Amino acid sequence: MALVRGLAALVILLLAVVLQVAVFGYVAVDGVVPDLALLVVVAAALARGPQFAAVLGFVGGLLLDVAPPADHVAGRWALAFVVVGYLAGRVRQDARDSTLSALATVAACSFVGTSVYALTGLVLDDGALAAGEMLRVVGISVLWDLLVTPLVLPLLLMGFRRLRPPQLGY
Amino acid sequence: MVLLLLACLTVLTLDARGGTDSPVEPLRAAVGSVVGPVESGTAVAVRPFRKLGGYFGSNDKLREQVATLSAENSRLRGQVETQPLDRHRLAELDGLTRTARHTGYSLVAARVVAVGPSQSFSRTVTIDAGTSSGVRPDMTVLNNDGLVGRVVRTTRTTATVLLIVDQDSVVGGRLGSNLELGFLHGRGATSKADQLDLDLMDSSVTPARGDVVVTWGSDNGAPYVAGIPIGKVASVWSTPREMAKHAVITPFVDFTSLDVVGVVVPSGTHGDRELITAGGR
Repeated sequence: MALVRGLAALVILLLAVVLQVAVFGYVAVDGVVPDLALLVVVAAALARGPQFAAVLGFVGGLLLDVAPPADHVAGRWALAFVVVGYLAGRVRQDARDSTLSALATVAACSFVGTSVYALTGLVLDDGALAAGEMLRVVGISVLWDLLVTPLVLPLLLMGFRRLRPPQLGY
Repeated sequence: MVLLLLACLTVLTLDARGGTDSPVEPLRAAVGSVVGPVESGTAVAVRPFRKLGGYFGSNDKLREQVATLSAENSRLRGQVETQPLDRHRLAELDGLTRTARHTGYSLVAARVVAVGPSQSFSRTVTIDAGTSSGVRPDMTVLNNDGLVGRVVRTTRTTATVLLIVDQDSVVGGRLGSNLELGFLHGRGATSKADQLDLDLMDSSVTPARGDVVVTWGSDNGAPYVAGIPIGKVASVWSTPREMAKHAVITPFVDFTSLDVVGVVVPSGTHGDRELITAGGR
């Protein structure tokens, strides 16, 4: 059963990554697209907590790192998403029930995720831009993520709640 | 959590240190061969919807289009009428070069199926032709308008193309008017207009505005074959600190609306796709 759940989560991630590179490219603002994989990780964190989200973040990030159009050092998105999954999981007690706090979580995670990615780029000297450019990209991506959150997050949350293993009452 | 962070760092170091033979490459290849076809399929499914926007052109816009098109038409007609002379000279020169260098490149046509997001701070796209069509790394990719980029990685059915506007991209360029050599660096910027920076090797030369830059070409045509138009000089600037002049190049290719591209392959390549050759043979 755990295997099936893991596979389902992997399929959701794969779908998010493919949509992100193959479909959303057509609606991109300055090339920036909604970060669906990040939303999946945040939804997993809100529904299931930091451990699950961090693992999912690692897998999703690695997928984004090695799936075709990517040409940067592998592991950069993985690192960013592990951090995002963990952070979002830590605030989930507060963010679970209110729409506003869920939105705030997404915004914060989007900012942190893209920034961590950009900073690793600076450290590894791999595709680093000027700080102003980077902030602009980060800003647009936060706005995009906020825009698609109401459409995507409820569905993802529902999905991940259904994937939750049955819990013992006590 | 700590374990995962460590795993990230391990992957990072492995890939950063390893270069081309890093242990991550097989993983990349494996994921690429799975995700690539999925991306191709999705792109094919979505393509019809992109055209939808075109059906909603307003009357004014159409009129405007007719006006600009007829203006362009008459301008082009003028050009055509003055061109036979140039064309004869060109044909002669062309014949000369062809006999001198019997290379004759061929093209494999491909479509762009996925675009790397700007969040990754790199400019790459995936095309739907791979090793099964004879596409290999370090091949030139171009389209109708000019140079697009080079192939950096291939799977069986897809290939990843590094666009020339990526900041890791350096292309040897030659000014059309005086044949001066220089290097074109991508800006990697996400600003509205994609532009390239040209640094000329001869610091005394000042490029003229509107001058065309073509590829300089490298040994065996890898990664770039010679003579592909890249862009036009948009502006020239210099700093008192440096002797050399810097030129900003506007590429001919619109990188935000890439669709059909051609990969330059050696003539006689065997693959599952029709080759497009210079003479239409």
